[in-house]
Amino acid sequence: MPTVALERDLLYERLGQSYTEEEFDELCFEFGLELDEVTSENALIAKEQGADKAGTGSDKVIYKIEIPANRYDLLCVEGLVRGLLVFKEKMACPVYKKIPPTEGSTMQELTIRPSTAAIRPHCVAAVLRNITFTEASYKNFIDLQDKLHQNICRKRSLVAIGTHDLDTIEGPFVYDALPPEDIKFKPLNQTKEYTAVELMELYSTDSHLKHYLHIIKDSPVYPVIFDKNNVVLSMPPIINGEHSKITLSTKNVFIECTATDLTKAKVVLDTIVTMFSEYCQDQFTVEPAKVIQTDGSEVVYPDLNYRHEVVEVADINKKLGIKIKADAMASLLTRMCLKSKAIEKGARLIVEIPPTRADVIHACDIVEDVAIAYGYNNIKMTIPKTNCISQQFPLNKLTDLLRPEIAAAGFTEALTFSLCSKDDISDRLRKDISTIRAAHIANPKTLDFQVARTMLLPGILRTVASNRKMPLPLKLFEISDVVFKDDTTGKINYKHQEVVKILQCK
Amino acid sequence: MEDTTREILERVEKLGKIDTLELAAELNVDHQKIVGAVKSIQSAGDIINCEQCTSKKWELTEEGKAVVENGSHEALVFNAVPVEGIAQADLMQSVPNAKIGFSKAMSGGWIMIDKKAEGGPRVFRKVESIEDLVQQSLIKLQNLQLDGITDQQKTDYKKRKLIQEVKINSFIVTKGRNFSLTISKQETDLTPEMLSSGSWKEHTFKPYNFEALGVLPDSGHLHPLLKIRAEYRQIFLEMGFSEMPTNNFIESSFWNFDALFQPQQHPARDAHDTFFISDPMYADETKLPADYVAKVKKVHSEGGYGSQGYRYDWKLEEGKKNILRTHTTAVSARMLYKLAQQEKFTPVKYFSIDRVFRNETLDATHLAEFHQIEGLVADYGLTLGDLMGVIKEFFKKLGIQKLRFKPAYNPYTEPSMEIFGYHPGLKKWVEIGNSGVFRPEMLLPMGLPDNVQVIAWGLSLERPTMIKYGIDNIRDLIGPKVNLQMVYNNPICRLDRH
Repeated sequence: MPTVALERDLLYERLGQSYTEEEFDELCFEFGLELDEVTSENALIAKEQGADKAGTGSDKVIYKIEIPANRYDLLCVEGLVRGLLVFKEKMACPVYKKIPPTEGSTMQELTIRPSTAAIRPHCVAAVLRNITFTEASYKNFIDLQDKLHQNICRKRSLVAIGTHDLDTIEGPFVYDALPPEDIKFKPLNQTKEYTAVELMELYSTDSHLKHYLHIIKDSPVYPVIFDKNNVVLSMPPIINGEHSKITLSTKNVFIECTATDLTKAKVVLDTIVTMFSEYCQDQFTVEPAKVIQTDGSEVVYPDLNYRHEVVEVADINKKLGIKIKADAMASLLTRMCLKSKAIEKGARLIVEIPPTRADVIHACDIVEDVAIAYGYNNIKMTIPKTNCISQQFPLNKLTDLLRPEIAAAGFTEALTFSLCSKDDISDRLRKDISTIRAAHIANPKTLDFQVARTMLLPGILRTVASNRKMPLPLKLFEISDVVFKDDTTGKINYKHQEVVKILQCK
Repeated sequence: MEDTTREILERVEKLGKIDTLELAAELNVDHQKIVGAVKSIQSAGDIINCEQCTSKKWELTEEGKAVVENGSHEALVFNAVPVEGIAQADLMQSVPNAKIGFSKAMSGGWIMIDKKAEGGPRVFRKVESIEDLVQQSLIKLQNLQLDGITDQQKTDYKKRKLIQEVKINSFIVTKGRNFSLTISKQETDLTPEMLSSGSWKEHTFKPYNFEALGVLPDSGHLHPLLKIRAEYRQIFLEMGFSEMPTNNFIESSFWNFDALFQPQQHPARDAHDTFFISDPMYADETKLPADYVAKVKKVHSEGGYGSQGYRYDWKLEEGKKNILRTHTTAVSARMLYKLAQQEKFTPVKYFSIDRVFRNETLDATHLAEFHQIEGLVADYGLTLGDLMGVIKEFFKKLGIQKLRFKPAYNPYTEPSMEIFGYHPGLKKWVEIGNSGVFRPEMLLPMGLPDNVQVIAWGLSLERPTMIKYGIDNIRDLIGPKVNLQMVYNNPICRLDRH
């Protein structure tokens, strides 16, 4: 689950009120967040670098809040506060608008070249106009990109984000894929130019960037974006150029997201622009950009789609086990940033799903939001009327009849792991592993998880070994499943058998 | 022994009270012998009263005794240095503990070293002769002559491990209620002969010791975790739930993830969270129902059934990959699919308690394999209130009466709720489970009627067990490192008692 670390006092300032820790914890509980940790910059430094360096940071209280994995709009303080304020009915959900450029100028254009199809086919783009950054909002801007990279972008493999100072570059832009030797630019925070080949070398020891190199390293062509004057904006997904670096004085931001998954690229772009258009002079507005596809067609981004769903009031009441009228339900949903209105004499609601709620993909998502705003703990608990005659699984029933009998005969039950090393079922029992029809694990972290056990004996013997100091006799038993490869049908399969194993040591 | 006992009793009679340590010194007998005798007198009844007192004594260690015999390390070093001096290297080889002795001798001003001498550093005597104070002090200590030895010296010798402080338990013995100079032998058995002859009236009998544990009966034992499992099975059966067949650890990604509407790029499907099977790598395609697979593919990649879908390229190859199941919900999916193939839908209540596997980082509370408990109800018109109600009844049987629900996220349920309970034993709120209503994108492709709702909840078996038995490290509960004594001592499992 992703977490955001927010300075408590700044958070309360934005929320317009102070809370005690318990009150804030309660608010998080209601909304579906978790106040995971209360710490400070100094405490975090002490944890990571040792107590002696702890004096260097601040003692300001930091809240670490756990965010549900599908809520990209809550990954920064801007979005989190917005969500909570709308939830508490202290503000209305903003309306995000696409405002084309003013008279006399045209939309920024980016053309995708066919060569990108092999490595990273998609690209989306947008512009934030007349934005003002402070140190805090600048930091949040970088942090949000980082969080998105780690989560929905699956560590930059699905989507990579590049943000640039538009006033340092000039469109139209080109998104191409070129042989690494042909790409040369000054990357972020460097003083000289490097070719892409050199950059692979340079970043192979960089603790932050080395994890992304494999995404493009072995490709014959690397993605690259440059402007009209051949200034390199970025080499996705690795690094941006120093030239178009964003600073505190940047007024216009050009955002590009390259991707292997177009749906996610659109969600990422929507998230960034809705979150940070808060700091544009014309709040919550975004300037669209035109992306020319390889077939010549033109698509305008960002999507900033407002979708509408029509839901049945009676149906939602029934699914939750509550009874509220259409108007009440509409205001509950509006508190969740799903602006709603009663229609058809209160039989239905028309629900507006904003671009910040990409997680709402079915009416059941709307049902959940009604329940959250209503308060889960306000719903009356009822017992289902379902009447069934229960059955035990015969194998388990037999097992539970045998176990007490074997114990009554004086044996003690062991409970061992179903995964073990190859040696445990072969060499250690003087057998050849190739003769054993075991299921092998592809990605074990240690030797202990190489195969699924084909017999219970190794586990029981290990239990004896760990209990050498116990007085003899040791009498152990276990009844559990083992796993075999089943070759009888001619197709590779697996079979599970339950085995009773009894061991007596005197 | 007899004599010692007599001595003790006589002295107690004469002096009123004695100190065992003093007596041992006086009689020149090992203190432990005196204590032994005292204890045996005690066991014969209220003949004497004993008051325990603890005293500390300084004793020489083995090294200390060696010093008494041969001299201190520094003295040995000094004596090893001839008038004309000796190469340091040779000196270090010549006596035992030369290093300590050398540094002590240097700091005591007994020897000096010429680092620039020819042939290497050379050690010379600085004084003519020395007094081995350490040896003398230790001899005094050995003879219990503690005056003249400062606390500073004692600390120093303790640090050098030449002496150690030993605790001695001694007793002050006084007359007891039934004091007598003789101890009559106590009988341990009442025989028929004593009864018939009447001689029992002259005997004293050793009282029964009801404090003694006695010999434990030869018995077998069930494993604590499996005892708890049996209780949970009972609870589900009492609530009318039927057990699902979960005897397949290996599952295809299709049933474990795809059928549950968990997208193929979801982090949980990563190699570092899931165990993939290398052999056999793929599930048997012919066993996957083809038309159902097509429906699942469509709902992931395009949507449908009222859903936008995830809109990505769904690949059968990914779904065929064999894994060790990450949750028993994979079995629930199979069962629900089977249910949907029935000609007429019948409501069901299912449960399972079985092993699941996660390839995560291991620590004190996490293992690669653990047990998951899962319950589900499928019926027409079930509500979220019904889910909360059935969960409440379930946890009531575990002795948890107060519950709270918190919004959560699972890829396959919506609404989803985390379950928090007030634990009467721990006296605090703890997270006790997860729950939700299965998504339409999961149920409708199976062919279940669209007014059928499926509600489900789950928890791990290990966590409540560790809380109940106060176990901190999960390896003390399952696996080969379990202490069998813990299994032997484990009481009956009463889940509703805290």
